[in-house]
Amino acid sequence: MRLPSDAPRSVSPLRAVSRSLNLSLGLVLILIFFGAALVSLIWTPYDVAALDIPNKLKPPGWPHLMGTDHFGRDVFSMILVGARTSIAVAVVAVGIGMGLGVPLGLTAAARPGSFLDELIMRGNDLVFAFPALLIAIMITAVFGPGAVNAILAIGIFNIPVFARLSRGAALSLWTRDFVLSARVAGKGALRISYEHILPNILNLLIVQGTIQFSLGILAEAGLSYVGLGAQPPIPSWGRMLAESQTMISFAPHLALFPGLAIVLTVLGLNLMGDGLRDLLDPKIRRER
Amino acid sequence: MALLSINHLTLSIHGTPILRDVSMSLQPGKVLGVIGESGSGKSMTANAVMRLLPNGAACTGQIVLEERDLLDLGETRMNTLRGRDIGMIFQEPMTALNPVQTIGDQVAETILIHKAASKADALRIARETLNRVGLPEKTFPMSRYPHELSGGQRQRVVIAMAIALRPRLLIADEPTTALDVTTQAQILRLLKRLVQEDGMGLILSTHDLAVVSDMADDIVIMKRGEVVEEGPAATLYRQMKHPYTKALFAASGHVPDRAPAAESAQTPLLEVRNVVRDYSLPRTRLFRAPGHFRAVDDVSFAIRRGESLGLVGESGCGKSTLTRALLGLETVQGGEILFDGKPMVENGRVVPGIRRKMQVVFQDPYGSFNPRHKVARLITEPYHLLPDPPKGAERDRAIAEALESVDMPAAAADKYIHEFSGGQRQRIAIARALIIRPELIILDEAVSALDVSVRAQVLDLLSDLSARLGLTYLFISHDLSVVRAITDRVLVMKSGRIVEHGATEAVFKAPRHDYTKTLIDAAPRLPDVARERTAG
Repeated sequence: MRLPSDAPRSVSPLRAVSRSLNLSLGLVLILIFFGAALVSLIWTPYDVAALDIPNKLKPPGWPHLMGTDHFGRDVFSMILVGARTSIAVAVVAVGIGMGLGVPLGLTAAARPGSFLDELIMRGNDLVFAFPALLIAIMITAVFGPGAVNAILAIGIFNIPVFARLSRGAALSLWTRDFVLSARVAGKGALRISYEHILPNILNLLIVQGTIQFSLGILAEAGLSYVGLGAQPPIPSWGRMLAESQTMISFAPHLALFPGLAIVLTVLGLNLMGDGLRDLLDPKIRRER
Repeated sequence: MALLSINHLTLSIHGTPILRDVSMSLQPGKVLGVIGESGSGKSMTANAVMRLLPNGAACTGQIVLEERDLLDLGETRMNTLRGRDIGMIFQEPMTALNPVQTIGDQVAETILIHKAASKADALRIARETLNRVGLPEKTFPMSRYPHELSGGQRQRVVIAMAIALRPRLLIADEPTTALDVTTQAQILRLLKRLVQEDGMGLILSTHDLAVVSDMADDIVIMKRGEVVEEGPAATLYRQMKHPYTKALFAASGHVPDRAPAAESAQTPLLEVRNVVRDYSLPRTRLFRAPGHFRAVDDVSFAIRRGESLGLVGESGCGKSTLTRALLGLETVQGGEILFDGKPMVENGRVVPGIRRKMQVVFQDPYGSFNPRHKVARLITEPYHLLPDPPKGAERDRAIAEALESVDMPAAAADKYIHEFSGGQRQRIAIARALIIRPELIILDEAVSALDVSVRAQVLDLLSDLSARLGLTYLFISHDLSVVRAITDRVLVMKSGRIVEHGATEAVFKAPRHDYTKTLIDAAPRLPDVARERTAG
């Protein structure tokens, strides 16, 4: 017997369209972005490390689609390779966050209120207390700037996000009868977490993953902008923006293209995250 | 003239027909009982009167409340009627109240929304209304929050909200389904009194025939969106023209055929000796040891092999805690549990060989399965207890056998759980318990969430299985009629203690403890005339 007040929450046609629009627009943007990264692995119009001073600061046109920078490097090629850098940083950082955060959250949820739970969650609070960029600056101050350290810094910031999320979702699942019957079947906390809890929180994790992915790209761009990310000659969108700063009055295309790349990618990821959340949520409701 | 008349109401949602040609009418000061199982459309009918219908719903017909057709009114006009002329009481008192508002504010809100009084007057009316529903000022000041009240008290607050403006029509949709029997009896008495005092009409919809039997003046029986039989309660119980009505009554008082367990002098299969389970309360003072709440207090009993033992008690009596202790999911602070004469727990762990012989079926057919696994994987979960679980063809055979033993097709193994109805899910839950051939099955409110006709089938299945496989049951329930139908002996539990035990029939016929008497008196009963008719 369902409560009648549940009923009027069904979706209007307009909302259904905008939902699928979000998702498809997001997907298109992300596919372009991933495509660019893939293409850059085998082919770029020009070598991004080769200097060509005579052709410096060319406006967008032919053969340099997006123009050239103050060293005569092809901006289009740099954008392509920059996508690769961003993806690599964000994927590994989200990977670190999920890989450590989710097990920590599930462990804490398996013994709520225990010393271990307190230890994990207070540790999370500690990491949460520092802004991501601050952690990144601390790490790079100690270990020196570079893509690897940027990845580590962003990854560490992701751990408590996933730990919190998975602990909260897992806690409510632990009270469900199917977990109880798994315990009656003699299964231990580890096995229940893996077999019963994880599959049921996966949709939440996927949605949070896309959002953290876009935050990771932003963080990488921010770190590179202040010179703590990927080091030259590896192209990075954030550093391209930083270098264009002094030339913005006579070569605006140098700021425009990396800026657009960052905005569109983050927009695409956020749209996809929203769309996925809408897509996955009613499924949870239906299955209850 | 009628207070409310519903004429030829037909309702569809996104083209799916929900109600077909439903007609009923209600006089002021009378109670109309709407009876139906889940999916019968009784809630939808109530919602249609309130015009609280989901998007995409299309209605034809008439809903006339005092000469006004509600279906013609706009949303703004409807808002002025809701709460003022029509009050509504929901099934689940736990979620019907806003947890962050005091009960006084929530009752006064209805009055203020309809601008019926100033703030001070509204609070005064709220206070009076709370007094009327049996929440006196002394013990229940208006500054109380919902979480400080029990389920029955919350339902009283919900009723106060519904009647604050003395509506002419009150709709109660399964108002007592979530409550204990004694609380249910009190709430029903309260509703009856309010109807008489205010002269309002009450629509009481429920799946429980016994609940309406001494409440309703007229009864409507619904099935799959249609009215199958209607009439004054007295004549309807005597005549029962429609076969569905008869089936419903028969199922409601259904007693499965079963042979009583043979007396034997063997070691009891399960023996519980002086078990105590304490929960520590949160520390209130820094330097004082935290207090304890004793959920299970010195409980002892034994179950013989092949017997079916009932455990009866209201919510909060400790029966769920006891169940979990028996399953070894909670550690006990005192006493011991012996299975077949051997201690069940050794060194803080349940002996694996014993755990294999005990399985459990839970109440909620929707929550007891992982929605992401297929049935084959779900029902083989207890195989984890076997050192050498069957594999390949042998496993498939065991799955098919378990499913067939609960009258489910073997093909069900490849489906997900959401493809099954509540009754089918409960069968699958029984199959999961059976697959490792346990000796004892604990049925924790296993049929409480099911419709009466499905419940009768599951009870038949259980008694058949126990005869065929020699199973022993511990049947935990708050539903006395079910316990009476399926158990040999019964324990009555209250506040963590066993207050009465004995042979089921003897306890029901001649209860000795006062609490047992209260329980049995409070349980709603079908009128004798209906029982005689279906028994023959």
